[in-house]
Amino acid sequence: MVENEILSYEQTNRALKRKRIRGKIGKIAALAFVYLVLIVMYAPLVYITIYSFTNVQTTGSWGGFSLKLYENLFNYAGNQKSQDIWNAARNTLLVAVVSAVISVVLGTLGAIGIHYTRHKWWRNTLEFANQIPIVNAEIVTALSLVILFVSILHMETNFATLVVGHVVLALPYVVLSVLPKLEQMDPSTYEAAMDLGATQTRALFKVVIPDIMPGILSGFLLSITLSLDDYVITTFTKPGEFETISTYVDSAMRKGGLPTQLRAFTAILFSIILLVMIGMYVKSALDVRKQNRKLKGVD
Amino acid sequence: MEAVAVQRTHRRRSNFRGMLVIPFVAFMVFFVLIPLFLILFYAFTDASGRPSLANWADIFTSFEKWKTIGITFAVAITTTAICILIAYPIAFILSNKKFNKNKVLVYVFLLPMWVNFVIRTMALKDMINTMFSSLTANLPFLGLVIGMVYDYLPFAILPLYNQMLKMDKNQIEAAADLGANPFRVFFKVIVPMTVPGIISACTMTFMPTMSSYVIAYHMSNDKIQIIGSLINFYFMSGTGGYNSGAVLSLVMLIIIGFSLVLERLSNNKEDARKGGIW
Repeated sequence: MVENEILSYEQTNRALKRKRIRGKIGKIAALAFVYLVLIVMYAPLVYITIYSFTNVQTTGSWGGFSLKLYENLFNYAGNQKSQDIWNAARNTLLVAVVSAVISVVLGTLGAIGIHYTRHKWWRNTLEFANQIPIVNAEIVTALSLVILFVSILHMETNFATLVVGHVVLALPYVVLSVLPKLEQMDPSTYEAAMDLGATQTRALFKVVIPDIMPGILSGFLLSITLSLDDYVITTFTKPGEFETISTYVDSAMRKGGLPTQLRAFTAILFSIILLVMIGMYVKSALDVRKQNRKLKGVD
Repeated sequence: MEAVAVQRTHRRRSNFRGMLVIPFVAFMVFFVLIPLFLILFYAFTDASGRPSLANWADIFTSFEKWKTIGITFAVAITTTAICILIAYPIAFILSNKKFNKNKVLVYVFLLPMWVNFVIRTMALKDMINTMFSSLTANLPFLGLVIGMVYDYLPFAILPLYNQMLKMDKNQIEAAADLGANPFRVFFKVIVPMTVPGIISACTMTFMPTMSSYVIAYHMSNDKIQIIGSLINFYFMSGTGGYNSGAVLSLVMLIIIGFSLVLERLSNNKEDARKGGIW
């Protein structure tokens, strides 16, 4: 009876092996699914990149390898469409950086204020208000801002209104990135700094800000990302003649057909993404190695 | 005496940091709360500012508008369901140390956003029309849903991923050790723990799907209109159209409010359950 219940060494070994193999298959299947979805998500960009190397009017037919589209894009003197693309790219980047900087400053201060507030109801109210732009439909945000600017304040939409629109979009995400870092922080370091004679501002900049820097940085990156990706708020709040990449592409598409060199531009953006991706992988691999070395050092 | 002094300085210190919230509050009041009240005000007034329900009557007595609202819901529900079905396993795999130790993979899902979504939509449209001979012209609904899923999948993955990071892995193991089969573990342990994430992922895909008229326009070859297209139409028709736009915005706001309440309730229940155990 007892002998029946206790598995022999070989049996245990076999069972363990089976379990390990099953686990391995599961892992491969799981990662295969993830990569399959990623491939589908990146496929349109790859598709456009392939067709950026042939000089045809519309994608789908191959006209032989050519770098003509890149030439058109970079020799923009005298080429109105290429100039428009570069103009729009510059505007997009400008709005992204300006709105991200403002969002990060307001959002970091806001998160610190929310974290150190003494009243629970106030904290709840602030967190709820912060949630509104996140869940709100972008077009509602956009229309409400336009009503404020145009109908109530009798302003023309200008660069500032566009930036405000993008800050509304990004600010809540900055707060959400910074808050968890504040919660992880050791609260006594700030007190210690003050006890050692630091002023409040100094303690803030020398102790709190460095501690929550990773959250601030990821908030900044998120702001940039949201701004680069935006269309609806941009088109509602931008001044008339000002085009960003999204509004430019949309209006070109409605007028019937994109300029072919936009494919080359898209390919360049795609390669920037690939570079960033490789950079992130290398950095994380280096981090892992550094950590391993540190662990060995402790031993 | 000394203790009181210490307490007083302590309070003053806290106030300093609490004060830092003022610029944030000012910004939120001016550019989030006041504009929302303006939507409310504009929805119930006419172009000259007098109280009126004419805009509601205009919109909700029109068969065309009801059709648009119906189609919008159909598109939004289909898109949200597909997004959750794809995003849930992905978020689970990404957040599980057994499968993925690398946080970089999460960012890889977000990186396409650096190429603006209008360009990505245009690229997607070009690609599927080449692969499936003019799909967006022949099957506008399918084309539209493909476009929406493609653009909003990352928005479904992120909240689910964040929720699953917080998930108590021991409970899953415990359930399995106590003899629950994987299906039971999934439906009885994992899904209940991720309800807040599921609701917020639904909100994050449902709302943009209702408003994203650019995707609707291009991915259905202008054959399907959604609520967002209508709001945009009213916006384009000048300041006189703001009132009608505000009516539709208010309808969307009500849906949003409803989902917010739902999210809050599910979160509270979670907290209450935790509190009950200890």
